[in-house]
Amino acid sequence: MDAKNCFHCGNELIKKEEILFDDKSFCCNGCKTVYEIFSINDMSCYYDFQTAPGATPLDINGKYDFLSNENIVTKLLEFQEDSTNIVSLYIPHIHCSSCIWILENLQKLQQGISTSQVNFPEKKVRITFDPEKTSLQKIVELLCSIGYEPYISLDNFNEVKKDVDRSLVYKIGVAFFCFGNIMLLSFPEYFEVNEFWINQYRGFLRWLIFALSLPSFLYAASGYYVSAWKSIKAGMLNIEIPIALGIIVMFIRSTVDIIFDYGQGFFDSMCGLIFFMLLGKLFQQKTYSFLSFERDYKSYFPIAITKISLDGTEIPVQVYEIEKGDRLLIRNQELIPVDGILISNKASIDYSFVTGEAVAIEKKSGDKIFAGGKQLGKVIEMEVLFSVSNSYLTQLWSNDVFQKKVDIKHKTITDKISRYFTPALLGLALASFLYWIFISVDTAFNVFTAILIVACPCALALTAPFTQGNVLRIMGNRKLYLKNATVIEQMAKVDTIVFDKTGTITTNKKTAITYEGIELSELELKLLNNTLRGSNHPLSRRLYDFIPNQVLIEPLHFEEITGNGIKAEFAEGTVKLGSSQFLRHMSENTHKKTKVHVEINGIYKGSYIFNNQYREGLEQLFEKLSKNYNLVVLSGDNDGERPILEKMLPNTTTLVFNQKPEQKLDYIEKLQKKGNNVMMVGDGLNDAGALAQSNIGISISENVNVFSPACDGIIDASQFQKIAFFMKYSKNAMRTIYMSFTLSLVYNVVGLSFAITGNLLPIVAAIIMPLSTITIVSFVTIMSNIYATKK
Amino acid sequence: MLTQILGMSVIYLLISISIVIAVAFLYAFIRAVKSGQYDDDYTPSVRMLFDDELITKTKTVTNKKEEQKPN
Repeated sequence: MDAKNCFHCGNELIKKEEILFDDKSFCCNGCKTVYEIFSINDMSCYYDFQTAPGATPLDINGKYDFLSNENIVTKLLEFQEDSTNIVSLYIPHIHCSSCIWILENLQKLQQGISTSQVNFPEKKVRITFDPEKTSLQKIVELLCSIGYEPYISLDNFNEVKKDVDRSLVYKIGVAFFCFGNIMLLSFPEYFEVNEFWINQYRGFLRWLIFALSLPSFLYAASGYYVSAWKSIKAGMLNIEIPIALGIIVMFIRSTVDIIFDYGQGFFDSMCGLIFFMLLGKLFQQKTYSFLSFERDYKSYFPIAITKISLDGTEIPVQVYEIEKGDRLLIRNQELIPVDGILISNKASIDYSFVTGEAVAIEKKSGDKIFAGGKQLGKVIEMEVLFSVSNSYLTQLWSNDVFQKKVDIKHKTITDKISRYFTPALLGLALASFLYWIFISVDTAFNVFTAILIVACPCALALTAPFTQGNVLRIMGNRKLYLKNATVIEQMAKVDTIVFDKTGTITTNKKTAITYEGIELSELELKLLNNTLRGSNHPLSRRLYDFIPNQVLIEPLHFEEITGNGIKAEFAEGTVKLGSSQFLRHMSENTHKKTKVHVEINGIYKGSYIFNNQYREGLEQLFEKLSKNYNLVVLSGDNDGERPILEKMLPNTTTLVFNQKPEQKLDYIEKLQKKGNNVMMVGDGLNDAGALAQSNIGISISENVNVFSPACDGIIDASQFQKIAFFMKYSKNAMRTIYMSFTLSLVYNVVGLSFAITGNLLPIVAAIIMPLSTITIVSFVTIMSNIYATKK
Repeated sequence: MLTQILGMSVIYLLISISIVIAVAFLYAFIRAVKSGQYDDDYTPSVRMLFDDELITKTKTVTNKKEEQKPN
C-alpha cells in the first residue's frame, strides 16, 4: 500500500488531514465512511481487484428528493410491475473491475434489490428491485453514499428506448457461413484434374455452391445495391457502384458458367469479397458507447427542482411543469432551469456554462437571473418568469444555427477517387468488349465480365475503413474520442484552429496562490491584508481573498504606484508590495509566473506566486501548431488577459475578446466563407454554436463522461498538449490511405492484364482477391501503428 | 459397383451433414447476437473471475430471471 495516497480514492494525502482507520489512511471522512460500509458488510475485497478504486462521496443533501415523486420515478424506470422494477442508471465513475464487483453485489447493501448487472462499456448498471421493500430514491442515495453517484438529467426523462441495429453482424455471420462453405466445396475443382471422381460430383458441387451463394448475394450484400442505387439516383459516382456492379456481374456470369458447363464460376471470390468488405464496415464502426456526441441542454438540466408551494412546503416538481409565478428553491451547485427573479437577498451565480466567464456574478434581490446559471453557496429562492421552453437558454438552443447541421455532405476520399475510378473502369470494360467482339463474341463477353469482376474495387473500398478504424482506436487509447471515422479526414484538412479561452486553454480549477519565502507572522499578515484592502488592482483583490480575514486597521499613509506596487505605513510597520523592480529586489524573473513581492519594514520577506491557470504545455503546443495552422483564441471574457496571452503565444495568433456565443459562431462562419477549414476546440455550452458551425468541433473535458456539448470529438483535458500530435497523425493517416490506394491500383492492373487478355481463371481470381485484401489490411494497420509511435 | 454406389452416397451424406451442422452454428450465432449477448463484450469477462475471490460465500445470485426480461 502506498502510504502517501488515500486507500479508498487514491488521492494524495495531506498530512494534516490524514485520517487513520483500521490501519489504513484516508484523505477524508467520506472515503473512510465508504470503507466502513464495505468492511461492515464483508465486502472489503472491493479493494483487492484494484488499488484505490473509489471516489469520494459528495454531499447530496436533498438533491434526489425528487425521486419521491411517483411520476418522475415511473418515467425513469425501464420496467415496472407490482413487485419488480428495473432501472438503468448511468454512473460515470465506473472504470475498473472493482466497480463491477461492488455494483453487482448491491443486494448485500440494500434490502429489496434482487439483482444488479453492470454494462461496462456503457457505464451503466441495471438494477432489479422490489418497490415494496426499497425505493429508487433509497437506491440512488445508497449509490451516492458509496461514491457511485448516478447521472440523472432531463435527458433521461424523455428518453426513447433505441433499437440496437445489429443487422451488420447478422450479415457478417451469413457472409462468413457462405464464404467458408463455398471455399470448402470449390477446393476440389481448383486442381481441375480430369478425374472420374470429380466428374461424378461436379454438377452436384456446383449447384450446391450456387445455392450457398444465394444468401450472401441476396441478403449480406444488399446494403451495397441500395447505396449504389441511391447514388445513381442522386447522380453521383461513389465507390458502391463498381462494387455492386462487380458483385452482380460475378453472380450472373458464374450462374451462366455453371448452367452451360463452362466452368465453376466465381462464387468463391464473390462471397469472400462480400465478407471482407462487411468486415471492413464493422471495423470502421467503432463507437464509444459511453460517450454522447449529440448532447443538448437537456442532458445538463436537472430532472426536477424543488418548488415552494403556497403553504410553504417544499415539493419536488418536474422541470417541464414549472409555471410562471412559481417559487423555486435552488441549492448550492444546482442549475437554474428557468429565467426568473431572485427573491433571496444575495446570490452568487456561475454562468460559465452559458458565457464562459469563470467568475461568479453577484445578484441582489429583485435581479433577473437566467437559466443555465449555477448557484454557488447558500440556498436561494426565486420566482419564475418563463417556463423552460420560453427561457433564454432553451430559446438559444432551439435557434437553428445552434443545431449541428446534419452533415454538409462531406465528400470522403474514397468517393473522390471513385469519381475517376468508376468511369475509367466502365470505359475500359467497354473498350475491351468492342475490341474482342470483332474477334470472338464469346471471348468478348468473357473479357467484359472478367474486367468488372477483377477490378471490383474491393481493396480500394477496404483501405479507408481499415485505416480510419485503426486510427480511431489508437486515438481513443490516447483519449481523443472521435465521433466517427470520417472526422479523421476532415481533421487532416483543417488549416485554422480556433480555441476558446476559459476552460479550454485555461483550467477550470481556481488559480492557486502559493507563498515562497520567510514565513509571515500573524501581525505581518494583518498588515499585509490591510494594505491590500485599499488597492483595486486585480492581483490585490485576489490576494486579499486568499489571505484569511484579519482585524481592520487604517493605514497612516497609503500610496499606490500604477504598474509597480503599493506602499502603506501603519503604526506597527511599513509594507511594500509589488513587482521586483518596485522593491529593488533581484530575483529570477520569469514571465510565466505572476509574482507579488512582499517587503515589511524594509526586509524582503518573499513573494506570492499566482500559479499559471493556463494549461500545461500551452506555449509549446501553440508554438508547434503555429507553423502549420492559423491560430485564433476566441474568448467570452474581457480583454484583461490580453497582455499575458500576447507574451505567451506566438505573434501570429489572433486574439478576439468579448465574444458572445452567437458572435463566436459568426466568427467561425466568416472564416469559413474565406475558404478556411476550421477546427474549434472548446468546452461548455457557450461554445456549442461555434462547435456546431466549425468543420470539426472538438470539445475538451476534464471528465469525458459528463458535460460536453454536441461535437465531433471529445478530448480528455490531460491530453491538451498532444493536439499537435493528433493533427499530424490525422495527416499521416491520410497519407497511409493514399499509399494503400496506389498498392491496390497495382493489384488492379495485374488483375486487369489477366482479364483483358481473356485469361482470367476462377483460381486466379480466387488467389488475387484475398491476397490483395490481406496485404492491404496488414499494410494500413502496420503503417498507422508506425505513425502512431512517431512524435 | 456396390462400392461406387456406397461411395457416392457417403459423399452426399457427409456434405449434407457438414452443411446442416454449419447451418445450425449460423442459427446459434444469429440467435446469440439477437439476444444481445454481444452488446457488452467486456463485463462478462471480468464477472466470471469474481466468485472465487469472495471472502464469505453468500448465496450466489441467479441471473436467469434477468435474462428473460425484454431488452
